[in-house]
Amino acid sequence: MRLRSLVAAVAVSALGVSLAACGGSDSGDSSNGGGGGDATLTYWASNQGTSLDNDKQVLTPVLEKFTQETGVKVNLEVIGWNDLQTRIQTAITSGQAPDVVNIGNTWAASLQATDAFLPFDGDAMNAIGGKDKFVPTALATGGKEGTDPTSVPLYGLAYGLYYNKAMFAAAGLQPPKTWEEMVTAAQKLTNPAKKQWGMALAAGSYTENVHFAFINAAQNKADWFDADGKPTFTGDGNVQGVLRYLDLMQKDKVANPSNAQYDNGTKSVNDFATKKVAMVINQNNADSSIVANGMKAGEYGVVPFPAPSGGEQVASHVAGINLSIFKNTKNKDAALKFVKYMTDATTQTTLGKPFSSLPVLKDAKPVFTTDAAEAATFADVYNTKSKPLPLVPAEDQFESTVGKAMNGLFAKIATGGTVTADDVKTALKTAEDQVAASS
Amino acid sequence: MSVATEKAPAAAVPEPRATKKKRGPDHRPGLSRKLPYLLLAPAVLLELLIHIIPMLVGIWMSFVKLTKFFIANWSAAPWAGFDNYRVALDFDNAVGEGLLKSFGVTVAFSLITLALAWCLGMAAAVALQPPFKGRSLVRTLFLVPYALPAYAGILTWNFMLQRDTGAVNHLLVDNLGLVSDRPFWLIGGNALVSLITVAVWKLWPFAFLTLMAGLQSIPRDVYEAASVDGAGSIRQWRNITLPSLRPVNLVLVLVLFLWTFSDFNTPYVLFGTAQPPAGDLITFHIYNASFLTWNFGSGAAMSVLLLIFLMIVTGAYLLITGRRSRRA
Repeated sequence: MRLRSLVAAVAVSALGVSLAACGGSDSGDSSNGGGGGDATLTYWASNQGTSLDNDKQVLTPVLEKFTQETGVKVNLEVIGWNDLQTRIQTAITSGQAPDVVNIGNTWAASLQATDAFLPFDGDAMNAIGGKDKFVPTALATGGKEGTDPTSVPLYGLAYGLYYNKAMFAAAGLQPPKTWEEMVTAAQKLTNPAKKQWGMALAAGSYTENVHFAFINAAQNKADWFDADGKPTFTGDGNVQGVLRYLDLMQKDKVANPSNAQYDNGTKSVNDFATKKVAMVINQNNADSSIVANGMKAGEYGVVPFPAPSGGEQVASHVAGINLSIFKNTKNKDAALKFVKYMTDATTQTTLGKPFSSLPVLKDAKPVFTTDAAEAATFADVYNTKSKPLPLVPAEDQFESTVGKAMNGLFAKIATGGTVTADDVKTALKTAEDQVAASS
Repeated sequence: MSVATEKAPAAAVPEPRATKKKRGPDHRPGLSRKLPYLLLAPAVLLELLIHIIPMLVGIWMSFVKLTKFFIANWSAAPWAGFDNYRVALDFDNAVGEGLLKSFGVTVAFSLITLALAWCLGMAAAVALQPPFKGRSLVRTLFLVPYALPAYAGILTWNFMLQRDTGAVNHLLVDNLGLVSDRPFWLIGGNALVSLITVAVWKLWPFAFLTLMAGLQSIPRDVYEAASVDGAGSIRQWRNITLPSLRPVNLVLVLVLFLWTFSDFNTPYVLFGTAQPPAGDLITFHIYNASFLTWNFGSGAAMSVLLLIFLMIVTGAYLLITGRRSRRA
């Protein structure tokens, strides 16, 4: 008996704490440049194309060209978005890191706080071609304001409101210029009996949801953090902004309640591409998915995601992918050369089309679409109607807590519940407490 | 992630028996004294490496402020004392309140899953006890959920439970017409029902397997004698099967409870990043508390609290059942 208790006790304790200590043991093989000959870099790329394989196909010739030019070999690994943050986390914690990595630019300030990345100070910045080559708002996402950024922009992205031209023409509608026009148009194009909806929302994706919390609050001139980096989630502008977005499903009923289960943006984009919905708000990299699903370039138009009349004209956050170098790299010079290569005008043009990205360089023209109007719209949004997400270390917590709160609110609406401004405020208060508790 | 978690109890239980057997007569006294230790050494070393050291690190982590500011250099993390515990146990605060709710959901989930898995396993084991044609085929069939890789099985459930395209709603709404409005299964209140269904589906074959093995050791003539004495099958089950299976059940119930209570795969794969409050199991909650907010100190503190709770439950369970078996 006693022995059994002991064994059981050991088993239980192992069980409990192995939870705390576990965390994915896969680590990037840290490259070492010693092995006789030129350096080898390990590069973690994010998923930009239609699949991980597609990314590999697109990037391989680009990387081979870099090897030809510099003699530096590059080991490429493409990592899906569901894993990328955890992989980076593990790399930081274990010190077993790649040399160069893609990050979602909204994580920049949070990752900077870990002190695991190389700051692009004067010398490093000069080595990659100087800060003046970048679009200033894009470079501003590289880290906390007033510090040397630890990441530089690689691919630019912005939100736009995609609409189906044929559906709009058939209903005698013009592309919306204000939030109110958007809702009216969406209501006209909604017919649940025919499984036809005005809009599709990725309402079960916390990362998408939090972007709309941010944009809608920004249209109300509300911020999520004060000057000291303290969360201010429960302001009136924040609550009303979130509610306005939730009301697309709740009050305006222009989105299918099933959208509450859409846990990534691709699902809502597919609904648009297969003509089940008339509008979708997505970043410009939706183009590749839309075309892959059979919709042709001329069949859809894009306008800036509209603010309510009288609101601030914010149509997007400054979205995109940044490049970071791990501080403990053994190949700092090669890594800097690589960052320079990836952000030079030629490479940007080569990758802009397959990845549907906006150029992060000053004076560069978007090449991701042949539709001049679409290109102009996105360039305009990116350059003049975008606001960076909060550049504070707690940004990642803002994303997960507020985003998940919105998932819950959408779920409540979809399953027949009612969400009032007070409910939104309570949910945001909980999110705020969570952020405050761990900062 | 949970490979270690799941194997721990099963692997740890047979050990004591193995050590006892080593005490046989041996003609070389020097070697015979060392041999058991030598044989044990790899296991002890691995146990230390895989369980004990990470566990101690986990406990250490719970006492430091291991946030994103320090994960690149752990040793620089400032001492937090009991701060992490205070936050986790302050039920007026969002973090503590969330943990408490998640704990409640997990207790309900574990007890219901355990009960259902045990009942199903017992029913199937008893039903398959008398030999009949095709018995081994049915046995094999019953073991399929256990043999399937957990991820594949749970992902399939995820597809089946989708609102618009899932097989479950197709059956309930389109074919049978039982409900007119398509229910959600993976968000809202139904999420717990889905979670329990999937967990039971995954777990009951283990209960079945264990109980079936236990049943083999009960001599047939006891049943024959009982039926001669006029005992019906329910009476036989209550008075023969159940008491004979007591040692098996003691371990089985404990193991099933520990597995369900610390189940991570099921909610993780079933819900992805969009887990509903009704399916917020504690392991998953702790994972989110540490990996989404990058606050590993707080997550470790919650894990230690979970460990203490499970140790108390296990201790109490063994104490109570042990006392009863001594009396009997």
